[in-house]
Amino acid sequence: MKVGRVVFALALLSAACGGREAKPRITIKGSDTMVILGQRFAEEYMKRNPGIVIQVNGGGSGTGIAALINGTVDLAQASRPMKEKEKADVKAKRGVDVHETRVALDALAVFVNEQNPVTNLTVEQLAEIYKTAPAPWVLYGRDNSSGTYEYFKEHVLRGADFNARTQALAGTAAVISAVAKDKNGIGYGGIAYAQGVRAIAINGVEPTDANVRNGTYPIRRYLYFYSVSTASPELQQYIQWCTSPEGQAVVKNVGYFPL
Amino acid sequence: MNRGRHIRDNLMTVVFTAAGWIAIVFIALIFLFTFKEALPVFNAKDLHEFFVKAQPEETMEMRYIWQPVSDEPKMSFIPLILGTLKATFVGMLFACPIGVAAALFSSEFAPPKLREFIKPVIELLAGIPSVVLGFFALLVLATWLQSAFGFTYRLNAWNAGLALGIALLPVVFTISEDGLASVPRTYREASLALGASRFATAWKVVLPAAMPAVFASFVLAFGRAIGETMILLMAGGNAAITSFHLGDPLRTLSATIAAELGEVVFGDPHYSALFMMGTLLFVITFVSNSTGQWVIGRMQKRMQGTA
Amino acid sequence: MKFRDRIYVGLLGISVLLILGILIVILGDVAIHGASHVSWKFITESPSEGLTGGGIWPAIFGTTMLVLLMTIAAVPLGVATAVYLYEYTPPETPSQAWKRYRKEKSSKMLRTFFLALLAKITRAAVANLAGVPSIVFGLFGLGFFIQFVGRAMDRATQEPGEIVWGQGNLLWAAMTLALLTLPTVIVATEEALRTVPQDLRAASIALGATRWETIRRIVLPSALPGILTGGILAISRGAGEVAPILFTGAAYYLPYLPKTLSSQFMHLGYHVLILSTQSPDVEATKPVLYGTVFVLLVLTFLLNLAGVLIRARTRSRLRSGGA
Repeated sequence: MKVGRVVFALALLSAACGGREAKPRITIKGSDTMVILGQRFAEEYMKRNPGIVIQVNGGGSGTGIAALINGTVDLAQASRPMKEKEKADVKAKRGVDVHETRVALDALAVFVNEQNPVTNLTVEQLAEIYKTAPAPWVLYGRDNSSGTYEYFKEHVLRGADFNARTQALAGTAAVISAVAKDKNGIGYGGIAYAQGVRAIAINGVEPTDANVRNGTYPIRRYLYFYSVSTASPELQQYIQWCTSPEGQAVVKNVGYFPL
Repeated sequence: MNRGRHIRDNLMTVVFTAAGWIAIVFIALIFLFTFKEALPVFNAKDLHEFFVKAQPEETMEMRYIWQPVSDEPKMSFIPLILGTLKATFVGMLFACPIGVAAALFSSEFAPPKLREFIKPVIELLAGIPSVVLGFFALLVLATWLQSAFGFTYRLNAWNAGLALGIALLPVVFTISEDGLASVPRTYREASLALGASRFATAWKVVLPAAMPAVFASFVLAFGRAIGETMILLMAGGNAAITSFHLGDPLRTLSATIAAELGEVVFGDPHYSALFMMGTLLFVITFVSNSTGQWVIGRMQKRMQGTA
Repeated sequence: MKFRDRIYVGLLGISVLLILGILIVILGDVAIHGASHVSWKFITESPSEGLTGGGIWPAIFGTTMLVLLMTIAAVPLGVATAVYLYEYTPPETPSQAWKRYRKEKSSKMLRTFFLALLAKITRAAVANLAGVPSIVFGLFGLGFFIQFVGRAMDRATQEPGEIVWGQGNLLWAAMTLALLTLPTVIVATEEALRTVPQDLRAASIALGATRWETIRRIVLPSALPGILTGGILAISRGAGEVAPILFTGAAYYLPYLPKTLSSQFMHLGYHVLILSTQSPDVEATKPVLYGTVFVLLVLTFLLNLAGVLIRARTRSRLRSGGA
């Protein structure tokens, strides 16, 4: 009886040891800011091209970039540009070059609770708040794997550290949810998620479509795709589609700004 | 025919003996491989950074900083260790008295029918996955606590600690109850015969006699609390501050590993630091669990009269 | 005296009520908000609209596959270890064996001493394995199975640069979980072996059977219900653990089901984590989140219940003197 079970298990195992799916597969990982966008891209593309399977994961821009360096992913989504050191790491570890593609524009919005009377902050005031955590503000931010975290750090805090009291949350939606529940809360994240909170003006400029495009909104950023020079033709086609008018329509739908 | 059976018997003895080695092999492997990936930071300079180095800052809170992703990475474990201890403290504060009280009630005062009801209740509680407890604490408990106590921060040590305590209750209850039930009947009978009330017997005779078990349950709960990940990750607030105030958010060693391991490049100092945390967790729980097991072992020997 | 004592006992009783209350509140909250969302569609469909709609079938499938593989890995190994500990080790403790060796000075006693020592260390190792934090298992899965074994397998079988086994997948996640649940299986099996009366073993040996034959034909079949309990309890524990699979194969959103050992998979517990903390729209995914928690709890409890029932039947058999 036991022998039979072992044989059965071995048969199962060897049958399962296939190793590869039948259809070509693209694995995408990275920015939580971009994960819905990435999924919608994938959904729409797979509708038009049923012969391919695309898998999207979040985890933060840092996770995606690390995966690209480690070689465990085909495409990394990032809400911040890759650092030179990271590009060098890819070259050193995998012997290939990094290919950067911009796919959308995003406004880094600052959210406060709807009951909060504050409607405008200068960049300097914002930086002070996040560096010193003055009462009564309760600070919400992202985990250090997030591209949003890094972008905010670099462009608003000018490289300084976040105050240790900043609560690290795993996604923009979590930040917004926290701010919506906390009348003293303040948080930051991609504009597409804003719901139940107010996105304040920065330096007097509201984060509207027009202001983001003409550059008057001071904290706007590009959203990136990162692949390597040895990307498969299927992947290259996918990236091209995302920057085409069809793909950019998806960008608009999700709430970001087309290029 | 006889020789064939003999050979098979010897073969199976080898097989089973090999299986017996597996547990030892894997425990050793776990320690080895966790420590191996932490080796690059096992040197005086890095260890100093983890455990000793303080920032030349004014506020107490900012003296020890964990901010590995930065132009100047700061990798102090202190806020994380403190966070782990805070959560464990609150958890045990909740679970130990209630667990022992419930065990005492169940063992000494509950009618047998009630005892048979309490056991499955505890088992059901023990069966709730920690991710569900974390979910509950994040969505429901935090809101209740905040409206009841007016905390500034919704996710804080009280919230995470309470949820952790719920997870620890079954551990404390089960082992304490076993210990209480193992106290010989003669103890109780002698005490009652001498005129003590039932409660006095339970509180002053039986409970002290079961102290080793109760102590062991605390130690094992401690080990479980130190290593718990999901609850702390979801309900603790994830702010790596060096603060003793329980209304502040916290970040534990385990939650840091869970949150950051996905984004490190294999071989980075950050990667090694996370494995160092894992090694630390392993060592702490190893020591605490071994202590608990040793106490239980002595207690069993005493009960069987071979101590 | 009586009255004051009654108060004290009452206080103790309140602690029990408190525990019961906690259980009811948690389960009640999940049932109220989750049961309404669970439908046949929910259980059989894939997530859609950015995880705010659709069902959780891939997570159910992934959890099931994972747990199945974990059991195949853990149960035979756990049973074998328990059999070793119960049937093949000397009954004396190391200190007892050492004392007898000093008295008798026989090499047989020395051998017994070493075997007893080995058994004691093995038992300690099993107990310690049970206490290792779940995240450390995750680290081990990453550091050993994926980085060490997986990469070596890739170097041997794949083209250079190709990573198939050197990343998280069903196989490694299952093996990591198998390690985590191994102590559960071992302890449950030992308990089951204990219920088999010693006389049966003695009779079997007296009739000329070898130790292995006794185990195979008498002891194991008799202990089967207990072994089953151990397997079921291990499954229910493994189905709920999330920390070990965070980096060994769980995925956020897969448009396909895992079909091979090298696939990633969705997982009920991981889904709860993601929806709680990284959800794309917290309010919209709340019903799905509650539904997922409900399904996970129902699954865990059914398994636990099955294990408890079988264990109770085994115990009553012990009391009534064996089969």
